[in-house]
Formats: sequence, structure tokens, C-alpha cells
Amino acid sequence: MKKKTQWLIALTTVLVVAGCASVPSVSELNALTDSIVKASFRSQGVANVERVTQTDETNRLCSEADVAGKPLEEKTAKDIEAANLKTIRWPSNGQFLGDWKEGEKIAQSGRGLTWTDPANTPNGGNCYNCHQIDTKEISYGTIGPSLHNYGKIRGVTDPNSAAAKPIVEYTWGKIWNSKAYNACSNMPRAGHMGILNEQQVRHIVALLLDPQSPVNK
Amino acid sequence: MKRLTAIAAFGGCLLALPALAQKTASQGIDEYRAMLQDGNPAELFEAKGEDLWKQKRGPKNASLEKCDLGKGPGVVKGAFVELPRFFADTQKVQDLESRLLTCMATLQGFNADEIAKTPFGKGEQNNVTALATWISAESKGMRFNLSQDHASEKVFYEVGKRLFFQRGGPHDFSCASCHGEEGKRIRLQDLPMLTKNPGDGVGFAAWPAYRVSNGQMWGMQQRLNDCYRQQRFPYPGFASDVTIALGVYLGVNAKGAASVAPAIKR
Repeated sequence: MKKKTQWLIALTTVLVVAGCASVPSVSELNALTDSIVKASFRSQGVANVERVTQTDETNRLCSEADVAGKPLEEKTAKDIEAANLKTIRWPSNGQFLGDWKEGEKIAQSGRGLTWTDPANTPNGGNCYNCHQIDTKEISYGTIGPSLHNYGKIRGVTDPNSAAAKPIVEYTWGKIWNSKAYNACSNMPRAGHMGILNEQQVRHIVALLLDPQSPVNK
Repeated sequence: MKRLTAIAAFGGCLLALPALAQKTASQGIDEYRAMLQDGNPAELFEAKGEDLWKQKRGPKNASLEKCDLGKGPGVVKGAFVELPRFFADTQKVQDLESRLLTCMATLQGFNADEIAKTPFGKGEQNNVTALATWISAESKGMRFNLSQDHASEKVFYEVGKRLFFQRGGPHDFSCASCHGEEGKRIRLQDLPMLTKNPGDGVGFAAWPAYRVSNGQMWGMQQRLNDCYRQQRFPYPGFASDVTIALGVYLGVNAKGAASVAPAIKR
């Protein structure tokens, strides 16, 4: 692999120096990046190289759009969202809400899935890293929108009511696979990628939608 | 983060009113940050690095004083703010730490592969960090000005850009997830936007840095390594092309930013 990388670098250098091309083509640069990625990363602990060598089409297309500096074409975005929507696993027992207190613990935790985490570490949701949630926690990130009063703002007074159903389902779906609603969202696909299990997702949904949760006070 | 959380918790306990507690906690954090500026233990690593540069070491019992960091053999001042760059002798784009490995191998007879495989904070890796700390300090206040003249430097910039936006791992994170927008934070930590010059002494212009939270001196290689760890990516080899290309992307983007390295961080 190293040889291939060096060969590609040599080739691109020769091309540029010889003036055959002022800048290597996008596909040449993409191929070179792929081979550099393969040669540079190694598996360590739970973090195997497939995490970067076998990324799915959603990530690949979004990364390419980011590099190009322009958003995806509308049709591509819609296709990505439709494909991700299909992956959502709805609650097996029909229960969307768990215990908001457990949800708060999961939202606080940023543990799991790094190469220094043991395989049996329960994964956290990393929610506070990017979102304001319970306002008692002042150490929150701002990459995502504030989720304070999430259910209240959306008029959810009884999560079991027919009126609340669309919001309850959307909330579950967004946590399970955020890309179903926004193709290149910054938010992880917690259920789809196996970060959180079904029961953990239930607790997070409760944190956001239970009228008793501090989020809605 | 532990210390920050402790301070935040302390502030929260003292005052019952949430609004007041908030103000006090963030003031506490500001005070903590101001206190950090008082003295920087990086100076100890600087002194060690300067000694290591001049000391005869390794199987060849030689110093590094003839090492070419890009501005000619033995020229240290100003070298840091022009790295990574292309080196004709190795036919490679190299950053400060990978260039040091080359010099330690060619001049002193050390085994560069062995050092690259050594974990951070162990054996010769500590010496590489100390050397990088001193070399960066010799360019303190100077402005980043990486070359993009050589074809390989241009190609590495383009590769680095792709790596910066590469989404992957179980969380779909890329460097840009955290560093692609202005004015964002993770928890209370401000995040520099790294797709352009983020300002003097911010981002690329702040490493090597002494980290108070774990009492360690980190070079840019370790900074990138830990970003990738938190990104849930696999392990990037020390001085691997991924790390060099990212360095080129960040360094070129930081053109004009004054270096404050070695900095002090929470």
C-alpha cells in the first residue's frame, strides 16, 4: 500500500511538473487521498480501519459536497434522506418513551467507541457536547440547536396522544438516523450506527418529550 | 475538563439562584484561564529541547546542529512557521516532527521507524516533543507562511482538504463537524474555525502546547492524534501522510497568523 501511495504521489508530481495538468484532477486527488488514508491509519482497540475505508454513500457524497464547497443537489439530498429513512427501526414494543432520568445520564455521557474505550464501555449519547438540554447544565455545546423546552415548544402535553404522534415519531427517527431528515446533518445516526440501543433511544426521547422532564419545565 | 467541571460545580453549589450561579461559574472559568497565563511549564521543555539539539547523542554520537529544517542546515529561527514543506533530500513533504525523525536518523543514527512506533510520552518520543517545543519557541511571534510552490505541497494541500472534510467512523464526524463554523463550542470549549486563518495564536498557531489538565506537553502530531481519537477514527500513524497533509491544509489556511507556540491550554 505504501508503494502505491508513493507511486501516486510521484505520478501526480510528474504530471504537475511536466505541465501536463496545472492541478491533478478531482478524481486523481480523491484516489490519492484514499490510498493515503489506507496507508496511514491502523486498527487500534475497538476502532478498526474499516471505519474510514468503508464509509457509506451518505458520508461519501456529503464529504465530496463539503470539499467542493457547495450543497448537494436537491435530488441527491432527497435520495440520501429516503435511503436513511428506510433504515429506521421503530420501537419493537410500540413504546417510544422511556425514563427521562436515564435519558439525562445518557445525554451527559460522551463515552464509548474511541480506541481507548474498552469494548464493553456503555456508549453515551454525547448530547450535551453539542446541545443545550436541561438548563441546569451550564456546560453545553453549541454545534446543534438548544433543545431546552423541546416538547413544550412543539405543544406536546401528552406524548401518548394522537396529536403528539407525529412529533414523537419524528423525535425517535431523528435520534435513530438524523440523515433521514437532513442528508448531511452534523448529528450522528445514533441508532443506525449502533451508538445507542433501542432502550437508550427510548430514554433520550423521554428526556426531550416527557412533560415531567426538566427539559420541558 | 475535570477541573472546569469542578469549578462549574463549585460555583453551582455556592449560589442557589441559577442565573447568578451561571454568571459565577463562567467568571470562575475566565479567572482559571487567566491564571493559566501566569507561567507556562512549556519553558522547561524548551530548555530540554535546546539541550537535546546541541547534545551529542545516538549511535553516531552527533548533535542535531546540522539539521536542515527547511531554511538550511542549523537554521532554527523562522523554520517552524514555514512547516510542513517539501524537502528535496527525502523527496517528501514533512512537518516539524517527521523532519526531526529524519535528522535524528541521518545525523545521529537513531531508527526513525522505531521512534515513530513509540507511544507518545515514552522514550525518544519525549525528546522529539521537547525538540519541537524549543524549535517552535524560536519562531514565537512570527507569522505562518507555508510554501505552496512545489507541486507536492499543492497536492498535499488538496489531500489535506479532503481529509478535513472526510466523514467517517460510527459518529460520521469529520474535522469540519467541530471546526467548520465560526463561534461554536463543545461543552464550554471554544472551537476555532480552521478552514481559514482563525487568528493569531489560535488553532495551528498554538501547538506545541502544555496541557494543564493532564500535565503533558503535546506537539501537533499528538494534537491531531487525539482529535482523531475523539472523532472515533482508527489510529493515524505518527508522521503518517494523513497527519502531514492535514498539517499542510491547516498551516496554509493559517497564513499570516502569529505563532504563540509553545502555548498553554486548560
